Amino acid sequence: MILLDRITKTYSKAMGPALNRVSLHIEPKEFVIVVGESGAGKTTLLRLLTREEAPTSGKIIVGGMDYDKLRDRDIPMLRRKIGVVFQDFKLLPNKNVYENVAFALEIVGASSHEIKNMVPRVLEIVNLSSKAKNMPLELSGGERQRVAIARAIVRQPKILIADEPTGNLDPKHAWEIIKVLEKINRFGTTVLLTTHNVAVVNKLKRRVVTLEHGKLVSDRAHASYKL
Amino acid sequence: MNIRRQLTTFWRIILTGAINFIRNMSIAVAAIAIMVVTLTVLLLSLIINTTFSNTISQITNKIDISVYLKDSDTAAQTDSLIKQIKILPNVASVQYLDKAQVLKQYEAQNAGNQQLALAISETSNPLPATIHIKPKNLDEISSIKTFLVQPNIMALQSNPPSYSGSLEQAINNITHATDILKKLGIIAVIIFAVICVLIIFNTLQMAIFNRRDEIGIMRLLGANKAYIRGPFIVESAIYGLLAAVISIVIINSIFVTASSTLQATTLGLLDIGYATTYFDNHFWLFLTFQILIGIIIGAASATIATRRYLKFKLKK
Repeated sequence: MILLDRITKTYSKAMGPALNRVSLHIEPKEFVIVVGESGAGKTTLLRLLTREEAPTSGKIIVGGMDYDKLRDRDIPMLRRKIGVVFQDFKLLPNKNVYENVAFALEIVGASSHEIKNMVPRVLEIVNLSSKAKNMPLELSGGERQRVAIARAIVRQPKILIADEPTGNLDPKHAWEIIKVLEKINRFGTTVLLTTHNVAVVNKLKRRVVTLEHGKLVSDRAHASYKL
Repeated sequence: MNIRRQLTTFWRIILTGAINFIRNMSIAVAAIAIMVVTLTVLLLSLIINTTFSNTISQITNKIDISVYLKDSDTAAQTDSLIKQIKILPNVASVQYLDKAQVLKQYEAQNAGNQQLALAISETSNPLPATIHIKPKNLDEISSIKTFLVQPNIMALQSNPPSYSGSLEQAINNITHATDILKKLGIIAVIIFAVICVLIIFNTLQMAIFNRRDEIGIMRLLGANKAYIRGPFIVESAIYGLLAAVISIVIINSIFVTASSTLQATTLGLLDIGYATTYFDNHFWLFLTFQILIGIIIGAASATIATRRYLKFKLKK
């Protein structure tokens, strides 16, 4: 489903590589947690997968799409196939909760009937049905993150990437978000989660990939994690 | 099915643009205010320029060359002279007044002067039959002069033609002044138009700059360029539409107020009466013109301003 082959990403030579010859293979329906301290390269890894960045060297293949062969006009199509949950939510400020989620369907040309059918169902999964008409600024951090998740899963992507989705949340709300991600994974979506929340990692008992200073230092199934 | 989907997408773009317009009202008010001012200045400068041009042509229309004929000239000689003048290249029109008509005109012009009327009635008509020539172009009046001062033509005249002497100088001065005014008017309108476009473009660019993060999010979600850009274009076109309508209302109010409060119909060279009538007669044309300008500038500015945020800048 996701293949990274000796990926290196260097922003500036003085700083050294943000990612250094990282190779990773993720099977369909897997739930993989990428851990590491700030600056370890977690976010860079995800930005490469969403094609916000291009690797300095190495090969990336996601869902059969070889990133070396992608043209600029193919990038929107790629992003439509991947659901992304950002740490800073990235909700559209001028749209309410319902519209933010519906937007993900609108851009793929879904019919009004599909939107009316899908959006309420997804809002129910993330337990936000009662906030459908609220604007993002009227929501708490946890609620905003759940809107971001609803938006990422409404297109039923094969891959969901979540970049520190619990980073801004208290433990209770953080665990709610993780439970939603687990539920999505049970439906068959491959989930790639980055976090440095030890409690979350240890409780989930899933495959853990550890990055340190841009290098992949361990890749263990059902691992626990110590900082 | 595909057409249906495209129509749905088109409708969503329009609807999103309209909703964004309402939700970004504070930015909208600022952008519309600036567009109103610039569109108003542009149309006013156009109307003022036209009014000046009208005043100038009224002045130049009053300028003609008078040829005073001898009483001894025969009708055949007069007819022949008129025909020759008419075929000159720079002659717009020729009017012949016989002695009686000239006297009648003179009496009408001096109706209040009873002593003069009495003096005229006691003598035989001293005024000569006159040919009034209107030139097409004041710059080329000399070609008519060359014809009129030929000895055989001068022989038919009781006095030299009236363009000569100080009047010729006055004609030259007016010609020169009107030329400069016309050119200045056109240059002023062009400069205003360019400034208007730049101001509106920069205003909308600022408005879109404030929402560049929004564009970035849409890109990350996989929206294509048209779907991101469309609502911004619709929103900016709504700015242009509203600004055009408000601008026309303001200009209309200016003319209504000016014509009802000003005692005189002119302000220096500016004929307010003419400007008001000109605006009234072309109201729908101006409204359409303003709306089109507003929508086109709005939409074009949004298209250009969003372009830089829609590019993929992938660095290896």
